[in-house]
Formats: sequence, structure tokens, C-alpha cells
Amino acid sequence: MTKEIIKIEDLKREFTMGTETVHALKGISFIINEGEFVTIMGSSGSGKSTMLNILGCLDQPTSGTYDIDNVSIKDLSRNELAAIRNEKIGFIFQSYNLLARTSAIENVELPLLYNSKVTSEERRERAIKALEMVGLGERLHHTPSQLSGGQQQRVAIARSLVNNPVMILADEATGNLDTRTSYEIMALFQELNQQGITITFVTHEPDIAAFSNRTIILKDGLIMQDYKNHKVLSASEQLAKLPKEEPVL
Amino acid sequence: MRLLNLLKIAFKAIVLNKTRTLLTMLGIIIGVASVIAMLAIGEGSKESIRSSISNMGSNMITIRPGADDRGPARGSGGDVQTLTLQNYEVLKDEATLLSYITPVVNGGGQVINGSNNWPSTMYGVNPDYLKIKVVDLQSGSMFTDAEVKSASKVAVIGQTVVDNVFPDGQDPVGQMIRFNNIPFKVIGVLEEKGENTFGQDQDDVVIAPYTTVQKRILAIDHLNQVMASAISEDDAAEAVTQVTEILRTQHKLMATEDDDFTVRSMEELISTFSSTSEMLTILLVAVASISLLIGGIGIMNIMYVSVKERTKEIGLRMAVGGKGADILVQFLIEAILISITGGILGVILGLSATVFIEKFLNWPTSVAFYSIVISFAVCAITGIFFGWYPARKASALDPITALRYE
Ligand SMILES: Nc1ncnc2c1ncn2[C@@H]1O[C@H](COP(=O)(O)OP(=O)(O)OP(=O)(O)O)[C@@H](O)[C@H]1O
Ligand SMILES: [Mg+2]
Repeated sequence: MTKEIIKIEDLKREFTMGTETVHALKGISFIINEGEFVTIMGSSGSGKSTMLNILGCLDQPTSGTYDIDNVSIKDLSRNELAAIRNEKIGFIFQSYNLLARTSAIENVELPLLYNSKVTSEERRERAIKALEMVGLGERLHHTPSQLSGGQQQRVAIARSLVNNPVMILADEATGNLDTRTSYEIMALFQELNQQGITITFVTHEPDIAAFSNRTIILKDGLIMQDYKNHKVLSASEQLAKLPKEEPVL
Repeated sequence: MRLLNLLKIAFKAIVLNKTRTLLTMLGIIIGVASVIAMLAIGEGSKESIRSSISNMGSNMITIRPGADDRGPARGSGGDVQTLTLQNYEVLKDEATLLSYITPVVNGGGQVINGSNNWPSTMYGVNPDYLKIKVVDLQSGSMFTDAEVKSASKVAVIGQTVVDNVFPDGQDPVGQMIRFNNIPFKVIGVLEEKGENTFGQDQDDVVIAPYTTVQKRILAIDHLNQVMASAISEDDAAEAVTQVTEILRTQHKLMATEDDDFTVRSMEELISTFSSTSEMLTILLVAVASISLLIGGIGIMNIMYVSVKERTKEIGLRMAVGGKGADILVQFLIEAILISITGGILGVILGLSATVFIEKFLNWPTSVAFYSIVISFAVCAITGIFFGWYPARKASALDPITALRYE
């Protein structure tokens, strides 16, 4: 039997600004099973980020239910939500959100600092392992300002992995990166997905969506399309097909 | 475990913002240091007043002519001539609470030995004087009652006078000196006492029988002062009352009339001075406390700015699982670390300043342990208090609100 990692039903989110009310999500329902790689698409302002923030327990729905790994988040306290974010979710932001002047390894260790079950040796070990997984084993002590955008996003990915989450949520994780680097990151996500991690990925770009096995398209706070992708492209293969960078003369 | 992690996080944040942290600390450092130094100065002067006054004889009672003007360092009673030898004799006979008593007449003049010349003050007293002032002789002997009776021209001199009129190091005892051109035979030298609280050199004196000084030097009948000592320190207050009563009878004062003389015990003098220096201490501490308060406001200011500036960071910490309490404790620890480190540095600076003041400015100081405890506690409390508010604000943020903060 497949395990339901995310189950939302009639999810609504309204923002009240003075007298005006913005209906960002107008009733959304879907289930994401363990091991799926879902991309969420839609035009700007369609509610993608709003939804992902709710999925990441960073924000609360106005109404509707949300079960994560079979736990209803509706009745959880602030602290219990923090624990869920810490133990079950890895969140990746478009703008990386790394701590400045802080080494890669310390950035990756951050979630574990808030998990009192992890000892400091284990913390270091797991952070190194996560950084090796994203190919930054040689860059442990570099600070964000010494890393490229792609490398910074890899550090952010390592940070999202370090807690062994049941799912990874990424909001336009490749939005600030060039095509080549985006493909590299997608290859990494595909690899992680192969290892069984559930991934929900917000993107604007259809070519990125082609690397996932399911796509949900939002429009004005409602689901417009939700379809399985039967011809998943391999990001590493596409990467190889990209024209080689011209040598600088 | 969790607390240890938070301590690490807070410590790291402080290290990452070294300059800002140091500037914040500066307020605390200066505040604490000035509280300690100011209190040390206050305490020091109080203590030195107390010790040098009791050095002068803690049982000592002084009787001066003229009404009490409450001025602590008054001269010899000016022109008031209400104190007479007869008063002294009656007191000597009737005041049972006094163990020693001497009339005092004094006048300034030149001490001359050959070509050496020194301006000093001659005190005419009786042999009790040494007991009352609790001073001994380093050589020679004191004049006797018989010599007082015969108004002998003998003198006991202080070390400063010796240094200035016998500069060659010869033994002054047995030598002749002249005071205002009257020859005196030096029969003893007082032991050194140094300066008293008022900066007066206690060794710059010539002591002679009061009869001699009255007749030959000053040509007066009245006394400038009567000095006595109570039979014990505890009896000093009682003795003052007794002396007052006897003198009022002597001076035939009506019940409605004020005293035309002033009787003071050392205890009284000490408390007069103590209260003056206490006022000074309070003033100094008030000023220092204000700077400590400003230091505390500095902490609040910096913590406030820090929270604003790091709102995004707070959002991220929450997004990866930091609880509100974790954020609160982190910022609180930061505030406490800053204020405690500032406090420690302040204590060190305050103590160094105190040593400096004592060594190079020659001010008496005395570091009160309580001043360290109090200033340290105040700065820890301001740290917690002023750190709490912004930390509280930070911890109450929603993760997404904090993350979106620009
Ligand atoms: N905190 C907020 N307060 C008020 N309105 C908000 C808030 N967050 C989102 N919205 C509104 O909700 C709607 C959906 O916003 P959302 O950020 O989810 O869009 P999006 O699909 O992520 O767009 P983009 O692709 O540009 O990131 C928008 O109309 C936006 O203005
Ligand atoms: Mg968005």
C-alpha cells in the first residue's frame, strides 16, 4: 500500500488587507504519495507559494484540512508545528536563505541544532554526509559569499536533507540559476527522488516540470490540471545534451 | 543539550557582530566601572576620615568658646573669650566622666635655630595632652606639671619642625630654639603622625606648657580650647552632656539661652564627616547609575535593531524547526552574554581605575565588595530586562512573516 505523505482537502487561504480580502487559494484538494516527484506550475500570483508555505507548515490555511504523514496539522500548537518542520520537512527557498558569514557545514547543521536528540558528533557527521551528497564535500568551510549561486543552492539542499525528512518542498529552487546549473540541481533532485524522498517542486519553467513524474497546474487559487508525466526526462542526460560552453577567447 | 546548542548559536551571533557587540558593551563597561570607582572613592574617603579621626583619639572631646556653628573645621574660636582657666579647673574637678583634660592656647610664629627658620604653631597644653591625642614621644621627655606651674620655657617639637630647624640631623633634645624670639629648650620630640584628614600636618607643632604660652607668647588670659578625653568611648556622649551642664552653670546661662561654647566628641565629628562624604558618595553613585542605565538602554537598542535586522534569519531558524522559545532564549542569551561580559570587563576596568586613582592621584579608595555585586547584578538585570522585550517580539513572529520581512 502506498503511503500518503501529503493529503489536503478543500484548502483555502485568504489574506485580509484592510477592507480587501485576497483569495489566494480557493479550495484545493490533492494527495501526494510517498516517492512522488511533483512539480507545481502556474502563472504568477496563482497561489503556488501560498500553497507550498502551507504544505511546509510555515503558514496556516484559513480553512480545509491538511494531513502530513498521517498527522493532522490543524490542531497542532506552534511548538508541535516547529517539530514537524524540523523532523519531517526540508524546505528550499528561491533565495537560498543561508546564514551569512557562516560556513556551509554550519548552515547545514542548523536544523539539527534544534533537534535535541542529535549529538554534536552525529550532527557534524550528518552535515558532512549531506554536503557530500550534493557534491560539496570539498567546500565544507566556505561561507555563502565564497560560493556560487548554484553551490549556495546545493548547501540549502543539503540543509533540507540533513534531518532525513519525509519530503522536500522547493519553491522555485532553480529560479535564480542558469539552465546548466538548474539541470544539475534537477539531476540531484532526481537522484534524491530515486532514493525514495518525496519532492514537491514549484517552478515556472515547463522544461523543469518535464523532469518530474506529476504536474499540478494552479490558476487563480484553483487546480486547473493535475496529470501524471509518463515520459520523465533524465536531467543528467539533458545536461549532457546541452551545448558546451564556448571557450572564452 | 538544547540550551547548550542555543548558547552556541548565541555565541556565534555575538562573534559574527564583534564591533556592534563591543560598542554595546562599552556602555555597560563604562557604567559598571564608574559605579565601582565612584563607590570606591566615596568609601575610601569615608574610611580614611574615620580612621584618621579615631587616630586623633576616639575618646577625645573638644570644648571651644562660642556657639555651635556646626562648621567641622573651625579655627581656634576666633575672638570669643568665654572659655577661661577657671572653667578648665572646675571641669577638671567636677567632670567625673573625663579621664584627662588640658587647656589649649595656641598661636603661630617662627621657630628659629641659628640660621634655620620655620613657621609653625605653638600649642600651650599640660602633660595630659599626649594621652588625649594618643601620641607618644620618639625621644626625650614631656614637660611635667611642675614645669607647667613654673611656666618653664621648655618645648616638645614635632618631626616636621625637627626636619626644618635641625636639618643637619643632630639630636634636637637638649638644644635651644627660639619661638617668636623667646628661647625654649627642646626636651622631647613627638612621634610622627603624618597628615590628618584635613590635610593638616600633625607633626608641624611645638608644644609647651600652657602657662608659658599664655604669658610669654600670647599674653592672654582666656583659653582657645579645652581638650579632654572621656573615660571610655562609650561614655563620650554622656561626658559631652556632663561637660555642657557644668559649663552652663559656670557661665550662668538661663534655660532659654543657647550655649556660648561648643562641646564635641570625636564620634560626632566622625558622623558629621561621614554624612558629608556619604552625600558625596550618593551623588557620585547617582551619576554612575545614570551611565549604567544608559548602558542598559544601549543593550535594548542594539537588541531591538538586531531583531529587526535579523528577522529573516529568525524566519529561517523557525522554518528549519526553531521554536518560539528557542528564538527567545537565543536572543536572551545574547543579551545576557553581552551584559555579563560587559559587566566583567567593567569590573576589571573599575578596579584598575581605582588602583590608578589611589596610586597616581593619591586619593584614598576602598573597593566595597557590595559595589561589585550590585553593579554586576544591575547590569545582568538590565541585560535580561532590556533583552527580553525584543527577544519576546522575535519569538512571537510567524515563520512566514519573518521570512518575508524586508
Ligand atoms: N502575505 C500576503 N498578504 C497578502 N496577500 C498575499 C500574501 N501572500 C500572498 N498574497 C497574495 O496571494 C496571491 C498568491 O500569491 P503567491 O505568492 O502564492 O503567488 P505565486 O503563485 O507564488 O506567484 P509567483 O509565481 O509570482 O511566485 C497573490 O495575489 C498575492 O498577492
Ligand atoms: Mg511564488
